[in-house]
Amino acid sequence: MKPILTADEAVKDIKDGCSLMVAGFMGCGNAFTLIDALIRKGTKDINLITSDTSFPEVGVGRIICQCRAATLTASHIGTNPVSGQKMNCGDLKVTLVPQGTFAERIRAKGAGLGGVLTPTGRGTAVEEGKQKLTLDGKEYLLELPLGADVAFIKAEVADTYGNAFLPGATKNMAVVMAMAADHVILEAEKIVQPGELDPERVTIPGIFVSTLVKATLPSANLQLKA
Amino acid sequence: MDPKELKRVRLVKRIAQEFPDGALVNLGIGMPTMVANYIPEGRTILLHSENGFTGLGPAAPKGQENPSIVNAGGQPVTIVPGGAFFDSAMSFAIIRGGHVDYTVLGALEVDMEGNLANYMIPGKMVPGMGGAMDLVAGARNVIIAMEHVNKNGAPKILRKCTLPLTAVGEVDLIVTDMAFIRVTKKGLVLEEIAEDTTVEEVIKATEAPLHIAGKLGKF
Repeated sequence: MKPILTADEAVKDIKDGCSLMVAGFMGCGNAFTLIDALIRKGTKDINLITSDTSFPEVGVGRIICQCRAATLTASHIGTNPVSGQKMNCGDLKVTLVPQGTFAERIRAKGAGLGGVLTPTGRGTAVEEGKQKLTLDGKEYLLELPLGADVAFIKAEVADTYGNAFLPGATKNMAVVMAMAADHVILEAEKIVQPGELDPERVTIPGIFVSTLVKATLPSANLQLKA
Repeated sequence: MDPKELKRVRLVKRIAQEFPDGALVNLGIGMPTMVANYIPEGRTILLHSENGFTGLGPAAPKGQENPSIVNAGGQPVTIVPGGAFFDSAMSFAIIRGGHVDYTVLGALEVDMEGNLANYMIPGKMVPGMGGAMDLVAGARNVIIAMEHVNKNGAPKILRKCTLPLTAVGEVDLIVTDMAFIRVTKKGLVLEEIAEDTTVEEVIKATEAPLHIAGKLGKF
């Protein structure tokens, strides 16, 4: 059984300067309740790891707009102009990673792999400073595992063992991030007893989850307003 | 329809004819997205949405948006019968593993060696590559859909790209408002020209040298 906490309790021990993975894609699948609690708590200097920075003031975009991140590792920041502004003025150190490489580096961490060999980024700025290997006549970049202290995951349903169902396109980076972070906080719209969530419908096995939080903010498509 | 829009429609229609029945296709945002509207009758393609599904359908009708179903731009969309949802690791394994048959993307510059620059302009536009580098490196066929020249009238098909590259040597086809050009080992081959242009005009608007196909088509 996993502890079921309020959002404020769940983020209480997240320290300034921590590394934080936030699952989601353009806000879809962001843990709105947890992000809101983290902003209220005032945590700063976050090393943020997220697929994209959403839209200004939507989901993970708020962590950027409210100046809580010191570094950002992401694949796309174009839909949140604040990320680019902060990068250009030096307030935010940004590392841009091809999205597939981003997912595989995180998966590598969660799966105990020493890295990933991929042709993506070969001959581009992405290969700078990276080891290259030629196998069977094809050149690959060695991409290293990427982990974090904490991950925020959003689910529709979770049981008290942490098993979770993530609907539709909200699965995105959540599955690999749940594997790769030391402490995984899962926000669920509905928390049920063991047996109530069909094991066939489990997207993320509960063994990866540290703490459960009941969602209090709607999962509405907030980006529609952006 | 204004003349510019007509030219865009002509070029996306031409690209739509490239896909065999049953192809798995990933379309970039902007003009490439329009390709889906012109698939020839009798053929069905399956669209891949890199945020996590196959079977990408049209935009969701107002009032029926599902917050869990959005496209790679975050806009509410639908999933067609026969679609499937998955996580990002699976989605990019589909892309990087060579399971996407075609990707259609825009370009800032493309060159005679099939190199592509489409993700940043240093000091101006740095949005990040998103899934573009993975798509161009992983998809079996890479089609570029773009205007033949830039806003200032300068060629976008160059001898060598000047902007930071998205990928090296991966482009297979370049389709513009003026021309249908195949990237081959011996260079660029002009296979077709738009019905309202001439070979001379295409050559003038292209920096890279063009081989003219023996049997030049029109579209």
